[in-house]
Amino acid sequence: MSKTPTGSTTTDGTPAVVPPGEEELGTAGSQLSTAPAETAVPGSFGGNRAPGLTGWLTWTGREILGWVRWFWRQLTSMRVALLLLFLLSLGVVPGSLIPQDGTDAMKVEAFKQAHRTLGPVYDRLGLFHVYSSVWFSAIYILLFVSLIGCIVPRTWQFVGQLRGRPPGAPKRLTRLPAYATWRTAAPPEEVHETALKVLKQRRFRALLHSLNGVGGAPTAGDAVAAEKGYLREAGNLVFHIALIVMLVAFAWGQLYKTEGNKLVVEGDGFANTLIQYDDFKSGNLFNDDDLVPFSFTLKKFTGTYERTGPQKGTARVFKADVTYSVGAHGKDRKATISPNHPLAVDDARVYLVSHGYAPTVTVRDGKGDVVYRQAVPLLPVDANITSQGAIKVLDGYRNAKGETEQLGFSAFFVPTFAGAGKGTMFSQFPALDFPVLALTGFHGDLGVDSGLPQNVYQLDTKNPKLQQFKDAKGNIVAARLLPGETMTLPNGAGSITFDKDIKEWAGFQIVQQPGTGWALTGAIAAIAGLAGSLFIQRRRVWVRAVRGADGVTVVEMAGLGRSESAKLPEELGDLAALVHDKAPAQTDADPDREPDADTPVPAEGAEKK
Amino acid sequence: MTLAAANALAAATNENLASISNTLIYSAMAVYTLAFFAYITEWLFGSRSKVARTAAALTADSGGAAGAKGPAVTVKSAGGTTVLERPEVVVRSSAGARDVPDGPGAHGGDEQGDLYGRVAVSLSVLAFVIQVGGVIARAASVQRAPWGNMYEFNITFSATAVGVYLLLLALKKNVRWLGLFLTTTVLLDLGLAVTVLYTASDQLVPALQSYWLIIHVSTAIFCGAVFYVGAVGTLLYLFKDSYESKLASGGKPGRFATSVLERLPASASLDKFSYRVNAAVFPLWTFTIIAGAIWAESAWGRYWGWDPKETWAFITWVAYACYLHARSTAGWKGRKAAYIALIAFGCWLFNYYGVNLFVTGKHSYAGV
Ligand code: HEM
Repeated sequence: MSKTPTGSTTTDGTPAVVPPGEEELGTAGSQLSTAPAETAVPGSFGGNRAPGLTGWLTWTGREILGWVRWFWRQLTSMRVALLLLFLLSLGVVPGSLIPQDGTDAMKVEAFKQAHRTLGPVYDRLGLFHVYSSVWFSAIYILLFVSLIGCIVPRTWQFVGQLRGRPPGAPKRLTRLPAYATWRTAAPPEEVHETALKVLKQRRFRALLHSLNGVGGAPTAGDAVAAEKGYLREAGNLVFHIALIVMLVAFAWGQLYKTEGNKLVVEGDGFANTLIQYDDFKSGNLFNDDDLVPFSFTLKKFTGTYERTGPQKGTARVFKADVTYSVGAHGKDRKATISPNHPLAVDDARVYLVSHGYAPTVTVRDGKGDVVYRQAVPLLPVDANITSQGAIKVLDGYRNAKGETEQLGFSAFFVPTFAGAGKGTMFSQFPALDFPVLALTGFHGDLGVDSGLPQNVYQLDTKNPKLQQFKDAKGNIVAARLLPGETMTLPNGAGSITFDKDIKEWAGFQIVQQPGTGWALTGAIAAIAGLAGSLFIQRRRVWVRAVRGADGVTVVEMAGLGRSESAKLPEELGDLAALVHDKAPAQTDADPDREPDADTPVPAEGAEKK
Repeated sequence: MTLAAANALAAATNENLASISNTLIYSAMAVYTLAFFAYITEWLFGSRSKVARTAAALTADSGGAAGAKGPAVTVKSAGGTTVLERPEVVVRSSAGARDVPDGPGAHGGDEQGDLYGRVAVSLSVLAFVIQVGGVIARAASVQRAPWGNMYEFNITFSATAVGVYLLLLALKKNVRWLGLFLTTTVLLDLGLAVTVLYTASDQLVPALQSYWLIIHVSTAIFCGAVFYVGAVGTLLYLFKDSYESKLASGGKPGRFATSVLERLPASASLDKFSYRVNAAVFPLWTFTIIAGAIWAESAWGRYWGWDPKETWAFITWVAYACYLHARSTAGWKGRKAAYIALIAFGCWLFNYYGVNLFVTGKHSYAGV
């Protein structure tokens, strides 16, 4: 196809829709789609310049206007749309190969460490946040401006086509992709009438183009013109508009989105207010009042794991049983949250994203009074949930001398211990088969009040005001405890007990993203529109019946589609058969007669709409 | 029976089913190999024919109205007099297009070749049935849809591609020429599956347990299979097109090229074939991506996060959109559009293999 003359020239003013070489069809082939026409670039927009300042001003005005128009036409042309689509697909690639800030900030850091020279260059180019970079935004904004600039005129054009009439028949129907002819005794008017009926029954928009105007007396140039498949264009427009709806919905969602995490131990709860979050991110236009008011309590977390085989240890079931209530005084309702099954409350969704263990410990002071009893969530460091964390006793504790002090323990927990002497402290399995808690203790000032932000899961052991518990010989006091066992602190400082009640915790992500419904609606509309656009053919059929010199009527039928399709001749065959039923062929005629030979060529006016 | 005993029994059944599945897959490969040889034989016999229709069509006066290739005149014999039952439709290709008839197919009109071709198709049907059995046994053994890892993707993918081919044959489409190319790739695909990608039967990690997974992955595999068929058509179009333009400009292509390409459909037909195939699945591919987004929303709390797999699905989508656009943009029709279609399929392939193997993302926990 690329070898055809019109296929490769672009500035000849030929509308893109007319198949190459078929300009001779005149208006018959035009307006079969609403694709923008390719337009030529004139040499100067300003034209003649009158002398003097005003002349120069008007000339410049015309020139500027011309260029703006030209630029707009370029931007909304099919070729530039194609180019922008290319750029979009190319622009997306680096984001999938280079680590991205948004998804994995740690990897970005590692990459920067490893590539000292490349790192800063990438940073400059925004390659660590491709999808929010200036150049990427430029591509898709241009694409969508182009899209809008394309849709608006196409819609008008389409409305015009709907309100107009199918164009008249071309002079020579034999030149069309599908053609049929026969000779019949039926008079031309009757053939035309039959054809109109048949075409209308087949849901074509059909009418008789009469040389003497609509309703005028019949003449030799009359022909029935019919068109079908307007849904193709409608589907195409719906598809492109749906793309815009989706983009706007996505952008809207990003601006108002909130996303936060909360770790909840079994038995504890969460209320959806800003201060309760462990961490929280929101879009630029988010307002605190936009948070959906609800609260929930984690009743129980269940995790089961593959026991045998090569996938041993792989998670099988995760679920969190919760009770939740909506609003300040809502009724308590039960729900189960698991991966793929978030809890939905209005616009908010609660996802189960992580889990771990929270061993309960009891700390007693020198006198044996309980000063601390709590389930302490520890953070997993590997797939078998080897966990680490800190136990912080901030107040209520007095040491042997009766002075107020703070206590800190760094904790190391394994749900399934390998066994003493096995050479590893790491967990062997994610379930609670053989739980062991290892502790070392500190006392003094934890530095929590120093104003510096502190990680709840870590003990600042470098803090000079914090001393490690040591026994009389100066050895560090540390113990590996089984559930129910107690570690005694030296010099009557008290004790810490690893209680039998080991709880689990679940990490929840609470997301609010408005506009999701719109995005989904757009997506469905896009698919429907696309199906219409790709599966429906827009086509035209003409029927012309003319009485020849011998008094016999020559019927000609022809079909034209936007693209060549096997269906077109088939359909024309069916239509011809239906018309033929009412106007059967004369069998006495010479069957080998060349149809073109004595078919009267109608007057020029036949092409007028 | 105790619970543990019941579990053990179930596990044994599952292992049985898994090994049945493996046997079926290996058997299917054996039958595909036979089909492969039968197709080869068809081509070999076909090479005896010396028809040079393309050359004849292009060098002879090809200007005027084309021959009638549409539905022929239906003539009914009624008591000695012939009655024209319905008018004949004359089909004319648009001016400017080359008027080249479609080739006769791999057998090249040779009767023995045709016989082998039929044998090959029958063998393909048999192999297809066995392979589908293997996929179903696999599904039964893991008690879920068989799309949890790349081994399962591969065996399903090639079964689908062959299914599409057989369906087109059943619909009386002229596609038998696809057979050799298809069996070759199916054998490669299955070989890769049973050697490199094999994964023992296994259940899914919680994040993959969703019916959106079934919808998303099954349509993705189906689209891939159809895109593949389209890509083969596109590739052959490119060869046939250069062959035709060489002939048209008075060149003389090599003997091998002549022998093979003479038997394929005309470039215009190949082009149309691949366009239809690609255009037909594009809406489904769009749906696949949206289904994936819905799944991601319920699994990870965002429907779009530029994860590598998502990103490449999007790139593939844009690339196919480029292809469809190119076909209605002046100056981009024909070969250029075909190159875009091939690039688009390359993106699909990269997403399928490349992203799983080379790029880590949220999708990489499916166990290669
Ligand atoms: C966001 C980017 C875009 C995407 C993903 C896209 C996608 C598509 C697809 C898939 C088709 C195929 C339907 C068919 O072949 O009939 C199509 C057709 C079309 N697109 Fe776009 N498009 C985009 C932007 C644009 C822009 C900016 C324009 C304006 C210049 C445009 C104009 C058209 C036209 C005129 C058609 C119909 C062609 C025909 O009738 O064959 N598109 N588009």
